[in-house]
Amino acid sequence: MTAKKGLKRREFIRLAASAMAVGSTVSCGGVVSPWRSLTADEADTLASLCNQIIPEDQDLGAVSAGVVNYIDVQLSSHLKRMKKVYRRGLAQLNDISFKRYGKRFASLPEQQQIEFLTAIDQDKAWKETPLHKFFRIVVDHTMQGFYGDPRHGGNRDRASWAMLKLPYPPVRGRFHEDANATNSWKAS
Amino acid sequence: MPPKHVNAVVIGAGAGGGIVAKELAEAGLTVLLLERGKWNTPFDDLKDDLRNQRVSALGAPFGPDDERNPRVVVDAPGQERIVLPSDWEYNNNAACVGGGTVSYGAMAWRYMEQDFRMRSTYGTVKGSTLDDWPISYHDLEPYYERAEWEIGVSGDDSNNVFRAPRKRPLPMPALPPNREYTILKPAAQRLGFHPFDIPMLRNSVPYGGRAPCMRCRWCVGFACEVNAKNGTHNTVIPKALATGNCELKTECMTKEIVTDSTGRVTGVAYYDENDHLEEQSADIVVVSCGANESARLLLNSKSRLFPNGLGNRYDWVGRNLQGHAYTGAWGLFEFDVYDDVGPGASIAICDFNHGNAGLVGGGLLANEFIRLPIEFVGHNPPDAKGWGREHKDFMRQWFKRSIVAMGPVQEMPVFDSRVQVDPVVRDRWGIPVCRLSGGRHANDIQVAEFLSTKAEEWLREAGAIKTWRQLPGLGLSGGQHQAGTCRMGNDPKISVVNKDCQVHEVDNLFVIDASVHVTNGGFNPVLTIMANAYRASDLLVTNWKGTKFR
Repeated sequence: MTAKKGLKRREFIRLAASAMAVGSTVSCGGVVSPWRSLTADEADTLASLCNQIIPEDQDLGAVSAGVVNYIDVQLSSHLKRMKKVYRRGLAQLNDISFKRYGKRFASLPEQQQIEFLTAIDQDKAWKETPLHKFFRIVVDHTMQGFYGDPRHGGNRDRASWAMLKLPYPPVRGRFHEDANATNSWKAS
Repeated sequence: MPPKHVNAVVIGAGAGGGIVAKELAEAGLTVLLLERGKWNTPFDDLKDDLRNQRVSALGAPFGPDDERNPRVVVDAPGQERIVLPSDWEYNNNAACVGGGTVSYGAMAWRYMEQDFRMRSTYGTVKGSTLDDWPISYHDLEPYYERAEWEIGVSGDDSNNVFRAPRKRPLPMPALPPNREYTILKPAAQRLGFHPFDIPMLRNSVPYGGRAPCMRCRWCVGFACEVNAKNGTHNTVIPKALATGNCELKTECMTKEIVTDSTGRVTGVAYYDENDHLEEQSADIVVVSCGANESARLLLNSKSRLFPNGLGNRYDWVGRNLQGHAYTGAWGLFEFDVYDDVGPGASIAICDFNHGNAGLVGGGLLANEFIRLPIEFVGHNPPDAKGWGREHKDFMRQWFKRSIVAMGPVQEMPVFDSRVQVDPVVRDRWGIPVCRLSGGRHANDIQVAEFLSTKAEEWLREAGAIKTWRQLPGLGLSGGQHQAGTCRMGNDPKISVVNKDCQVHEVDNLFVIDASVHVTNGGFNPVLTIMANAYRASDLLVTNWKGTKFR
């Protein structure tokens, strides 16, 4: 893996702060990664990718809602078998970004990021390529992290449900796995 | 000490096996009911929208688990790959006490008269093994009634002019209408359709000592926390255990059915909850594992007399795997149609199950179950981008303003759509796993084209400002509605069991689940599985009292 430089300090702090539980690993660049599965560089690239899949506007976007955290947590648990796919996919995204635009993906201006991803997603030349497949996987996981249950590390403060005006807690029925009381009913 | 001999081993405590166990136990037979999953309670179900039987992105809580239960899937170009229960290609049905009935949507359909004589109605269909059932609707009618009253069904199909005759009405009234119902009903009537309240295995009033539905959001894919959804786990299985004649063993994986040198079944070999291999002797064995796993178990039960597996002399075990090609349409409305009231699905029409000009078969149309946000994500129009600003706007604008009308297409059975056992891949216990291959018949897509156009028409009449159709592909079909792999028939050369669900070659071996369905109707199959389980149990008990199958 190529060590990437130029991780923006502001970005790094924001990402580090959004990691809920910290199991530290040391990345290739020697930077202590605040993530469980990803290196700081990978998380940075992934964050830019996720934020184009669900951008921030009047409502939270993928990154501010904790989607990178969701993916990072799952890559160490249920989606462990996808870890390699992420490692390769993110590296390839940056490699091709370098070749095409002379910059790593996260450093591209927003419009260029969208252009690039739209090509990967929709252009015939990209269909069936590993990067196209990787992008579709990240789209799925980003949607899960954003619209799924907060207990898995995404959808911070149930932001997406509030955005869709879906009442919480539900009007009818009991919602017995409250995000603030994980498994507490089991302990008793 | 070896386990003591029992009269019957029933493998699989799902929709079929649960009923068989209870019927045999009440008739005085000693029964061992083996289930590979656990006995889950609603309190094990965390109402998790990423981990349920419908959205299994992070696993299927009611089993089977990803760690121990791989399968092999072969796609159309012949590429094979290993899949896990949380992958959609796995064609999963839950593995737990109650089987699919714990977490299902619980639609309770009787098939129509024509559904039992598809070949007589439509003739032969090229590329399909379409045939009649060896029994008719009228053979099953009293048992449909038993399932409706003993398990518990609410709804009102009196306005369904296409339904087959019934002797007794449903035991419970329909739930009060939700908002989609009030929008779709007058629209269907204006079009000359015949809308009615979907029969559901769900309490609308207190029934069977349990509470009525509380109309919550967590329905299809989840266990009901007030126990208002009726499955075998909260009706017949407790009754079976109460007789004192039935023992239920959970987390027991059956390895094979054991036969003697004369070709009679003598019992089963299974791995218990501690993975110890046990042998259980029995007078009869009933296989009720679902269409995929029942076929797998028969194929894995090889011996000198049955080198290709039990019941498989003519290579019919595992053939004709079918499910349902779901099709329909989405409509967007200018006003809120989502009212957050479960179970969501409420209104249906059977105008297009049969008699569609130039087509073989058809299917019902109904509004869809209540949707969680994650289930709405992939359902933007086909011309729209599935991510980015546009997609987020779509979610925001239309989540509460969309209705889906869809239904299951009656599939044409295909001989090469099948379950085999894989020569290489084994599960955690070392048992060869299911190898699924084949695909749908072209007719299914034609019917889907037609049915989805009708769904679109219905939504537009109801006021949808934009509609689009959802069509199935030609890929393999099994899933929760899996059926057909141990066909019921009179001719042993082209079927696996006779009309009593007794394996042609082995007198004391039975298959009682959707595997025996010759065709699978344009309906959710569970009530038919239940009715047939009552019917086959009745025959089994009658024969038992005579010959004891010796």
